[in-house]
Amino acid sequence: MAQDKPKNPEKHSTFIPKEKKSTKPFHDTPMLDQLESGPWPSFVTGLKRLAHNNNMMVDLMGQLEHSYKTRLGYWKGGTVSVFGYGGGIIPRFSEVAEMFPESKEFHTLRVQPPAGNHYTTNMLRQLSKSWEKYGSGLIAFHGQTGNIMFIGTTTENTQHFFDEINEYGFDLGGAGPCVRTAMSCVGSARCEQSNCNEQKIHRTLVNNFIDDMHRPALPYKFKFKVSGCPNDCMNSIQRSDFAVIGTWRDDMQVDQKEVKAFIKSKGRKYVIDNVISRCPTNALSLSDDDTLNVDNRNCVRCMHCINVMTKALAPGKDKGVSILIGGKRTLKIGDTFGTVIVPFMKLETDEDYEKIKEIASNTIDFWAENGLEHERCGEMIERIGLVNFLEGIGIEVDPHMISSPRTSSYARMDDWDQEAEKWRQRKQQAAG
Amino acid sequence: MPTIEVAGKTIEVDEEGYLQNRTDWSEEIATAMAKEDDCDLTQNHWEVINFLREYYDEYQIAPAVRVLTKAIGKKLGPDKGNSKYLYELFPYGPAKQACKYAGLPKPTGCV
Repeated sequence: MAQDKPKNPEKHSTFIPKEKKSTKPFHDTPMLDQLESGPWPSFVTGLKRLAHNNNMMVDLMGQLEHSYKTRLGYWKGGTVSVFGYGGGIIPRFSEVAEMFPESKEFHTLRVQPPAGNHYTTNMLRQLSKSWEKYGSGLIAFHGQTGNIMFIGTTTENTQHFFDEINEYGFDLGGAGPCVRTAMSCVGSARCEQSNCNEQKIHRTLVNNFIDDMHRPALPYKFKFKVSGCPNDCMNSIQRSDFAVIGTWRDDMQVDQKEVKAFIKSKGRKYVIDNVISRCPTNALSLSDDDTLNVDNRNCVRCMHCINVMTKALAPGKDKGVSILIGGKRTLKIGDTFGTVIVPFMKLETDEDYEKIKEIASNTIDFWAENGLEHERCGEMIERIGLVNFLEGIGIEVDPHMISSPRTSSYARMDDWDQEAEKWRQRKQQAAG
Repeated sequence: MPTIEVAGKTIEVDEEGYLQNRTDWSEEIATAMAKEDDCDLTQNHWEVINFLREYYDEYQIAPAVRVLTKAIGKKLGPDKGNSKYLYELFPYGPAKQACKYAGLPKPTGCV
């Protein structure tokens, strides 16, 4: 296939409706048109399709072409919000409204998806219809924030659209220095590797902090993400301040019969090359009789072998979650991963859920009090030190928080014996 | 440039109704702005508005919401030092609505 031809030109053009309902003539957009000539469907085609129904999109394309020509952006922010809310709307006012009056106001609404993004088609239709009624029709599903982004409406219609979707159960997400829309993976509904009830954790956390989401008053953003297993499909370690990741603390489940069947179908070499030797801690060994031995103590839950041999291997039975705090992208300091704050906790009873709520609110309260303006939680930990942070949120240090003390910058050896003794006493107290 | 008219004077505002020149501000203007939003300014509103103006005069910046709630709580009593109270007074957000009535420049960033 030639690279410069549209991959599927016939289908591509069917995106454009035959009947044009917009009353405004299209602007001349040679630079945008050129983008349609690539091999893949272009966003320009999408914009044109919407422009057939909506004058707002006609002028939006005009402004975009103008931006391309002059190599400048012409959007400025503002302070639009709906009644009773401080956040959730990204206001955009055009600076070239005289040339393109229809897209003078082009605000974005962030709407929270259901936990795990479980929709019914009916919900999707409802949302699309409401947005066609009050907005431009342009939707990002979903944006990188985890929200459904409804892009392009006027200040007046912002409230109308919100009222309508709120009526059938949707709510705005977070924008600004506040708790942001949480994300959770598809979870046990569709995935065999799930170790926890992702949706329930997601809902518990969000519902507990809904006030902090709608009324921004934190130093900066704070994100929750929930992944059901260490595959971490939500990238929660990198992208959330408070990552909850499903894990297990007993032995990985091994079905030796299925191991044998797998080796039979793929061959011994394949298994050695792709499973055994790819274990990062060399915790797997293949016996002569084609059974698999797992050194569980050294397993770091990288999930590689379980992902490859889905029938033969599975997470253990004693399931729970790990909590990591402080992940973020570059801001005041460079990118950080989350640090393990709770190595393992069970999440089954209501008390367990109360406990995770408590950890989360202690964290947010402490950070809100001690974080500087525009400082993420991870940066505050870096600034004040992990021990001070742990003290602040009322969590005792635990050797399980670090895997190799000799190479960890968090571990100090000078008062090791006293600390070890303290830990032993705490353990005894907990047991007693 | 959009304008509003208060007591026979024409005053320049931006497209969202924030004053262009802070020196134009007067209590009548604040009342007129509030009226447009169907909001009657009570003593409680004025406490916040006056606080914002004092804060701005001192620091040349509008306070962050957290600073605002804390300072209000300190000055006017702990029952008023929470964001719920401020949102009851200014349902579109203290940062936006209260700053507008107080004649402060539009808050920047996505608040």
